[in-house]
Amino acid sequence: MAKKPVKKEPVKTTGHSWDGIEEYDNPMPRWWLWTLYACIIWAIWYSIAYPAWPGITSATKGYLGYSTRAEVAADIAEVEGRNAAINAKLASVDLAAIADDPELGGYATSAGAAVFATWCAQCHGSGAEGSKGYPNLQDDDWLWGGSVEAIHQTISHGIRQESDDDTRFSEMPAFGDDYLEDDEIAAVVNHVMSLSGTPNDASLVSAGAVVFEDNCASCHAADGTGDREQGAPNLTDAIWLFGGDYDTLIETVTYSRKGVMPDWNERLTEAQIRAVATYVHQLGGGE
Amino acid sequence: MSILDKHGTLERNVTLLAVFAFLVVSIGGMVQIAPLFWLENTIEEVEGMRPYTPLELTGRDIYVREGCYVCHSQMIRPMRDEVERYGHYSLAAESKYDHPFQWGSKRSGPDLARVGGRYSDDWHVDHLRNPQSVVPESIMPKYGFLEHTMIEGEYVQDLLATHAFVGVPYSEEMIASAQADFKAQADPDSDYDGLLERYGDKVSVRNFDGQAGISEADALIAYLQMLGTLVDFSTFTADESR
Repeated sequence: MAKKPVKKEPVKTTGHSWDGIEEYDNPMPRWWLWTLYACIIWAIWYSIAYPAWPGITSATKGYLGYSTRAEVAADIAEVEGRNAAINAKLASVDLAAIADDPELGGYATSAGAAVFATWCAQCHGSGAEGSKGYPNLQDDDWLWGGSVEAIHQTISHGIRQESDDDTRFSEMPAFGDDYLEDDEIAAVVNHVMSLSGTPNDASLVSAGAVVFEDNCASCHAADGTGDREQGAPNLTDAIWLFGGDYDTLIETVTYSRKGVMPDWNERLTEAQIRAVATYVHQLGGGE
Repeated sequence: MSILDKHGTLERNVTLLAVFAFLVVSIGGMVQIAPLFWLENTIEEVEGMRPYTPLELTGRDIYVREGCYVCHSQMIRPMRDEVERYGHYSLAAESKYDHPFQWGSKRSGPDLARVGGRYSDDWHVDHLRNPQSVVPESIMPKYGFLEHTMIEGEYVQDLLATHAFVGVPYSEEMIASAQADFKAQADPDSDYDGLLERYGDKVSVRNFDGQAGISEADALIAYLQMLGTLVDFSTFTADESR
């Protein structure tokens, strides 16, 4: 037996009638109405609890006293508080002693790796391998010294960073500007290549040695081993910052090179600088 | 007659409906937007903000033209991870001379609000020429053509005048000497005293791209090296009620 259709009360219409089509006046669903009322109440509560209403000179602050800036300040203070003791120790002990203390050295290396990834990797590479013009920090060939103190000094004050009075500074002349003739440059480049055993035109080496003695030895030393006091690279090894092939060396001698590194004491704390110095020092080439 | 019945009048008269709808939307706009123009704490007082130099402003135009904002935001949010990676969170005052602002929310590349001074000029040249040569994992396109596109700044005076028109406090003297300042900033051998006098001693005067003449790379790097460096944060105390 078929179910009898349930008889409903006839629904009222709105009274509108267009071409005989009428509109039912059904009420809104109950759940929908209550959600709307709840939202209105929540909005009123929210505008009281949180900063909301503008006034003449400022806006209401909200009784919960919430502030994004206070929150971020608290977040940072909380983390700094957790590391405060070890950071204070890191910033005060003798630099060379950091690595000897297992706890401090471990912390400095991990914290330094994080600092390196954030601030240093864009130039020196994520593995500190460097690239053309940006020194490899894993090898033991240092321009300005590879002791942890020397690394710390370089990071703090940068290289050729003119806004820092203590920055490391030296300037190789562009020998193409009236200093040397093209044939003299070609000769000295061949001499320099011979220093590191790179294949070269042996007929020019002795002439190049004379040019080297007169123009280059005062910084790069008579035997080409360089001078860290002036950031003059060692030319006798096979490690090249800009490249050791003939064309690149011609370019280097003719136009000179002046790498710049920012001074990080403006952006990083002393503890952070010491951490990253410790990290770089332990990469493999530290002295 | 209840108020709901009166609503029927609104619904049956489309012009009246439009007028009342406009009134309601206006109230919303007034409450949300208008107070920003008079509340004193909208833009905080800070030391060091200055209008951009003609060269920096030109660089900013190149930044906008090349769509750098499509991948790089210029707003460090007040969150710990952002502050630790990029530096102090951005202040409203730091973009008050930006027309249009470059805040953005899409970061295919890193935020650039404080990129100034973070890298050397050489790095910027290398990086614009071939980003992957310094950051192998980068997906940024190459912009090597910038260093080959030489510019004279012949319209930079108009550029400054336009920015003055929309409220940037360029003085008449700044506008008048715009082209001279434009050229002086990229040439450390020039007489740039006037530039420093007008824009402050902290303006960087360098040959940014390392080659003769002024290229678009000079202007862009001058702009990038200035970003986020203007405000003196040693004199800044955060008003926390915002």
